[in-house]
Amino acid sequence: MAEQPDSAARWDSGEHGGSSRTTAFLHNSGLWHDRQHGDDGASGPGPLRRSRDDRLLGGVAAGLARRTGFSVGVWRVLFVTATIVTTGYLAIAYVLAWLFIPAEGSSRNIASKAVTDRRGIGLALALTSVLAVALIIVSALHAPWVTSLAIPLLLCAAGVLLIARNATDEEQDYLRGLAEPAGLTPTSRRSRRLLRVAVACALGIAGLAVLLRGQDRLEALKSLAGIMFLVGGIALAFGPWWLRLARDAIEERQARVRAEERAEMASRVHDSVLQTLALIQRRAGDQQQVIQLARAQERELRAWLFDGREPGSLDGQAETVADGIRLIQKEVESQHGMSVEAVTVGDCPLDDDMNAVLAAAREATVNAAKWSRADVVSLFAEVEPESVSVFVRDRGKGFDPESVPEDRKGVAESIKARLARRGGSATVRSAPGQGTEVSLVMPRLADDRLSRRP
Amino acid sequence: MTATTSGAMPSGASAVPGGSGVGGRRTQVFLVDDHGMFRSGVRSELAGEVDIVGEAADVAPAIAEIAECVPEVVLLDVHLPGGGGQDVVTAVKANHPEVKFLALSASDAPEDVIAVIRAGARGYVTKTISGPELVDAIRRVAAGDAVFSPRLAGFVLDAFASGSAPEIDRPSFDPELDQLTAREREVLRLIARGYTYREVARELFISVKTVETHVSSVLRKLQLSTRHQLTRWAAERRLT
Repeated sequence: MAEQPDSAARWDSGEHGGSSRTTAFLHNSGLWHDRQHGDDGASGPGPLRRSRDDRLLGGVAAGLARRTGFSVGVWRVLFVTATIVTTGYLAIAYVLAWLFIPAEGSSRNIASKAVTDRRGIGLALALTSVLAVALIIVSALHAPWVTSLAIPLLLCAAGVLLIARNATDEEQDYLRGLAEPAGLTPTSRRSRRLLRVAVACALGIAGLAVLLRGQDRLEALKSLAGIMFLVGGIALAFGPWWLRLARDAIEERQARVRAEERAEMASRVHDSVLQTLALIQRRAGDQQQVIQLARAQERELRAWLFDGREPGSLDGQAETVADGIRLIQKEVESQHGMSVEAVTVGDCPLDDDMNAVLAAAREATVNAAKWSRADVVSLFAEVEPESVSVFVRDRGKGFDPESVPEDRKGVAESIKARLARRGGSATVRSAPGQGTEVSLVMPRLADDRLSRRP
Repeated sequence: MTATTSGAMPSGASAVPGGSGVGGRRTQVFLVDDHGMFRSGVRSELAGEVDIVGEAADVAPAIAEIAECVPEVVLLDVHLPGGGGQDVVTAVKANHPEVKFLALSASDAPEDVIAVIRAGARGYVTKTISGPELVDAIRRVAAGDAVFSPRLAGFVLDAFASGSAPEIDRPSFDPELDQLTAREREVLRLIARGYTYREVARELFISVKTVETHVSSVLRKLQLSTRHQLTRWAAERRLT
C-alpha cells in the first residue's frame, strides 16, 4: 500500500468535468488530508482510514487513534471540545474528513462518488437554502446565539446529506441505524408525526415568546410583517425548485424499488427456468427426462404466475432449516445424480430470511452439481442464536471468480444479491483445480440486530 | 508401526496407494455388517491395503468371532438385526479393550451414532466414503486417533450446542469434560463443512497432528462427559 493513495491525485484524471471550483476545493481538502498524514508520521501502519467497527459517526476518531496510537477516547474528546471552542466550525472539518478519507478496506472516498451525484448536490443546495431561510427568520427574531452556529450547521447538513447518499451500502445501513431512534427514517409513521408536531410546537412557542417579549408591540408587528414578506418572497423564488427536487427524490426512490423487484424476479427466473433449460440442453438425448423436466417446470411457472407461489422457494415443503437442507439434498441427488453430504447443526423455523438462505444454498449446490465434476458436495448448515450459516463445498475443478462473464448471473445475482437484499452476505472461495466453497451468512432477529448497534 | 506413518500422513483421498505401514504389516480388520453385498464391496475396496481377518453379519456371532481373532480394527455397522452396534462394542471392550472400533454406516439417526461412539468406537464414517479415505480412516483408528466424518462432527456440535450456560450446581459438572473449547469447535465446524484433516490444518495454521489432538480430545469428552446438555439431548432422542 502506498503511503498516499490520494483522492486529489485521482481527481486530475477525473471523469467528471464538473465545475472547476469543486475541483479546486477538492484539491485543497486533499492537501488538508495529506497534512494529517504527515503529522502522524509512521506511528501507525498504512494510510489513514476511517474505522468500520469502532465508530460512533464516521469512524474518523477511531481511524486517527489507530494511526497515531492515542486512544480513540482522546480523539473523541478532542473533537468535541474543539467543536465547542470553535462554535461548530470543527464539525465541518469532521464532515470533510468523513467525505475524503476512505473507509477501511476501500480505496475510494465518498467525495469521489458525491461529485457525480448531481441530484444529491441539488438536494444539498436545496437543504442549505431551506435552512438559510429558517436561519434568517430566527436571526430576525433576535437570537444571535443561533446565528453563530448557523454557517457550520448549514455546511455540515449539506455534507452529511451527500455522505448519506453516496456512502457504501454497508455504511448507509449503519447510518440508517443511527437515524432510526431520532425518527428520521420512515420506520414508524407515528413517531415521525409526533416528532414533527413537537418541533412545530417548540418553534411556535419560541416565536411567540420572542415576539411578546418585545416591549414595543408595534415594532414587533413591523418586524413580523417584514419576516412574512421575506419568507413569502423566498418561498416564491425557490418554492418550485424545492418541489421539483422533492418530486425527483420520490421518483428516484420508486425507480430503485422497481430495480430491486426486477433483480429479485431475474434471480427467481434464473433459479427455475434458466436452470431447467440448461438441464434440458445437457440431457437432450433422454426424451423421457426432458419431458419430465419441462412438465415440472411448467407446473412451477404456472404456480408462480397464477398462484403466487415462488419458484425455487421451499414454501410449504419444509418447515425448518434442517428440513429445507434435507430437501435440497434429496432434490440435487435425484436431479443431478450427485451425492450430497448434508450436515445440520441446530434448527429454526423458516421465515423469509431463512427461505432466502435456503434458496441461495440450493442454487450453490445445484451449481456445484452441474459444474464442479466432483463426486460429492458437502452442505453444512449451522443455526446459531445470532445467525445462520450455510457452507457449500466441493472438491471439483473450481474456477476463477474474477473471470466469470457478466451475463452468467448465477453466483453474482442469485446468491450474493439475494442475501444482500435481506442483510446477509455470501462469499465464494474458489480457484481452478481447488474446488469451490460458497459461504452464506444471514443474521437472525432483525430488531435485535439494530438495537445492538453501538 | 502403522502408527507413525498414518499419523504423519495427510488425510483424505491422497492416502499413499499400496502403502501398508513401515514394517510391511497390514492392519488387521474385522467387518461387521448385515449386508453381504456391502461386506464384499468393502473387501474388494480394501484388498491389498489391509488384512480382512474375518466378518460377521450380526451381534452375537460378531462378539464371538472378534474375541477369537482379536483384530486391530473392527469396521462396524451401526444398525444390526440383533441389536445396535454399541452392544458389540460394549461386549468386546470388556475383555479386549485394545480392539478399536470404527463405525461405518449409510445414514443414521444421531442417537445411534452417538451411542456407538459413547460405547467406545473411535470414529464414525458414512458409507459414501471413498476407498482410499476408508483405508486412511482405518489406519488412523488403528494408531489410536479419532476419525470424524462431517456428519459426526455435526452431531457433536449439535450435542454440545453452545449458548446454554452449563449448570454449575450439578455435582458431576466438569467444565473440562462438559464443554468444547473454541478451537475444538472451530475444528469440528471445518470437518462438518467437508474439510479433510489436512485442509483443516492449513485453514487454521496448525499441524495435522494438532488437528488430531483436538479431535481425540473431543472424542474423549463425548465418551466421558456427563454433561446435562448431552444427556438431555440424548434423552430427547431416546438415548440412554
